[in-house]
Amino acid sequence: MREPGPRGADRLATVAFWAVAVLVVALFAWLVGDVLRHGFSHVSLSFLSAEPEDAGRAGGIAPIIVSTLIIVAICMAVAVPLGLGTAILLSEFLPVSSRQGRFVRRSLDVLASVPSVVFGLFGNAVFCQRLGLGFSLLSGGLTLACMVLPFFTRTAEEGLRAVPREYREAAAALGLSQTGTLAHVLLPAAMPGLLAGFILAVTRSLAETAALIFTSGYVARMPESLFESGRTLSVHIYDLAMNVSGGEGMAYASALVLMVLLIVLNRSATWLSRRWSTQKGVAS
Amino acid sequence: MDRTWAVVAVLLVFATGCQSEKPGQARSKLTLSGASTLAPLMSEVARRFEAQNPGVRVDVQMGGSSRGVMDARQGLADIGMVSRDLKPDESDLDAHPVARDGICIILHQSNPVASLTDEQIVSIFTGKITAWKEVGGADKPIVVVNKAEGRSTLELFLHHFKLKNSEIKAQAVIGDNQQGIKTVENSPESIGYVSIGAAEFAAKHGKPLKLLPMAGVEATLDNLRNGSFPLARTLHLVTKKGQQDELALKFISFAQSPEAHDLVEKQYFIPLGK
Amino acid sequence: MISWRSSTSSRWGSDALLLWGLRGTALVSTAVVVLIALFVARESFPLLHTVAPLRLLTDGSWNPLEGAYNLAPMLVGTLLVSAGAVLISAPLGIASAIFCHFYAPPLIARGYRVIIELLAGIPSVVYGLWGLVVIVPLLGQIRPLGTSVLAGSLILALMILPTMVVVADASFARVPREYLQAAASLGLSKWTTVRSVVIPAARRGLITGALLQTGRAVGETMAVLMVCGNVVQMPARLTDPVRTLTANIALEMAYAMGDHRAALFTSGLVLFLMIFAIVACAELVNRERSNA
Repeated sequence: MREPGPRGADRLATVAFWAVAVLVVALFAWLVGDVLRHGFSHVSLSFLSAEPEDAGRAGGIAPIIVSTLIIVAICMAVAVPLGLGTAILLSEFLPVSSRQGRFVRRSLDVLASVPSVVFGLFGNAVFCQRLGLGFSLLSGGLTLACMVLPFFTRTAEEGLRAVPREYREAAAALGLSQTGTLAHVLLPAAMPGLLAGFILAVTRSLAETAALIFTSGYVARMPESLFESGRTLSVHIYDLAMNVSGGEGMAYASALVLMVLLIVLNRSATWLSRRWSTQKGVAS
Repeated sequence: MDRTWAVVAVLLVFATGCQSEKPGQARSKLTLSGASTLAPLMSEVARRFEAQNPGVRVDVQMGGSSRGVMDARQGLADIGMVSRDLKPDESDLDAHPVARDGICIILHQSNPVASLTDEQIVSIFTGKITAWKEVGGADKPIVVVNKAEGRSTLELFLHHFKLKNSEIKAQAVIGDNQQGIKTVENSPESIGYVSIGAAEFAAKHGKPLKLLPMAGVEATLDNLRNGSFPLARTLHLVTKKGQQDELALKFISFAQSPEAHDLVEKQYFIPLGK
Repeated sequence: MISWRSSTSSRWGSDALLLWGLRGTALVSTAVVVLIALFVARESFPLLHTVAPLRLLTDGSWNPLEGAYNLAPMLVGTLLVSAGAVLISAPLGIASAIFCHFYAPPLIARGYRVIIELLAGIPSVVYGLWGLVVIVPLLGQIRPLGTSVLAGSLILALMILPTMVVVADASFARVPREYLQAAASLGLSKWTTVRSVVIPAARRGLITGALLQTGRAVGETMAVLMVCGNVVQMPARLTDPVRTLTANIALEMAYAMGDHRAALFTSGLVLFLMIFAIVACAELVNRERSNA
């Protein structure tokens, strides 16, 4: 029973699919190529260590890198304890079908679909004004923490659930307390998965711009305290692209730095989660 | 986990701790926010002020005159930058003038049109004239660049030409002066309006812009000085009435003093008192 | 998970503390979204005192300083740009995934997947930068300035493409082997198999993926802020500039006061509800699939 159809249709389909694949790769090669081409010439050690000059057209991005690191650090410092705690509760203390568990998961899912600009509104209203933090790295970091919380929690929960049952049974047989089991057995076993989730949350926060414009502001100087305003790499790219005539070169350079950072982080996360899944297989 | 509680507790302490002490007051930090027209000048003044007063840090944020008013009111900024006079409903603020400026129409340098009458400007911005050749230029469509609401440059422009924002038909809406300059310099068919100081600065630094005369009066600093340019304005620093912060007041008098006049002129504004 | 629910079964005091600590973190985590919803709703309410909700669609224009609060042009802007983006990227993404699964030699397929994964991590502001510097001037040749619905859709399409590929890839991977084997035993050609067996089988996953990406496109701010022109108007052509709801909030938030501010929060609420509805649809489609 041969399907009656011209061989031509099949060949056409093959050509079409290859064409699409090539088109997609070509488009992205164009984009990445432009970033590399225009940005590379500006990136140097002095670029990474100098202050911006002339509204960012010259000089470097050192204070911006510092502000970025501080904001991400604040974000993770808040998101990790909250997320990990919630994940442990969901994974170890609540059965999958419990109503409480479902409610918590549902609220996190809803949180994950809130658009970033609404986070900006919220962050501005609550952290900057209500709590009086003003435009500061702290406001920005706290807002970002709200944003990455659902992602980190989900990954952490998955990481914990993946730890084999036998570990917990063995710990119980040994008479370990719950705290002990957690600290000495479960968390170490889930660590590669948790780390991968951590890194992915960091990449998520590095890419964020809209929520930060209203909360941590635009100032491009070296921050001296958490209460000062500072701009991240992504906000810097935005400002150079939109507001500074002749700023495209430096915008590309900053974009290059950001993208390299993200690629490195992404690769480490993949490597870690791969190690995690092979470890699972080994542990028996 | 006890660790969790500790972290949460520390953060709560941080958060509540800041509520009582507004950042900027009683600390050697000043925050200015508001008009993009004033931002470059204030950044320069801030730098010189910091050099003269070690240990002080002055941050300048943009966002428009309305934001300057709002931030000053709410305490998000110590000093607001406003590129117009205060309105009657803003009487809870004190205005400190620092310079004079004007608003002019800018075109791309390659545009052959050398001047436009008030009626032509109104017709272009309300969409009645849509091609450059109708005003003596090339056969190209006119790209109108308007400012976003909340910008005093927009308000003054509308007020001068007796227009409402809903009547303007724009092809692009921009925020800060710099964005407007960037848009016009990248597109030969566009027309926009910005602060004279910002436009002069850009033109003298090699950007392909030209400033159009208004009602026959050239958009030059001399004409601003002698008061003949029709669309002029005073740039102000505003503070909440009863603002006691020593540092803020010191900064303001520094900005108004003759010591800062050369900075004002470098930005192509007119220092007061001259 | 061992049943630890009743902490009375544990003889360790630290465990009770642990449980309460964990409950605390879960409480805070849940509270965040509730807080956001409450705050946004609360900041929107003042508008309802002075502006009838219907006016959000029927006022003459969006000119808050003149008391006009018509959100419709921006709603249309958001919908057009997002729909355009999904219409462009969904076929391309699905086709790329088909390529990976059925037409590419294993080595190339693996390399392709690695590239796609890397591209999924490019921040939206970089897409906006490239769009502003490359795509907008190109479109500007057709019609100045170039900032337009089309520019927005193109850049957004590029942005959501990698994730579309990943989702489609996963959907195709779930198509049962037996289907493919059956098709092969029937002597179906590759294209026929793909067209009549694989795509229908993966249909629900593909639709779910497309819906989720639509939700993402609707919520996107930076890229559209940079390339759409930000003019509040009902676009008559693809080359007309528009302003999306997200860009509107970003542009005016800084200085909005009183009713204007409440209107922006309202549009934020509308935005959130739209995305929530889209995501809920996606979930419904997904659940249907597992029940079928």
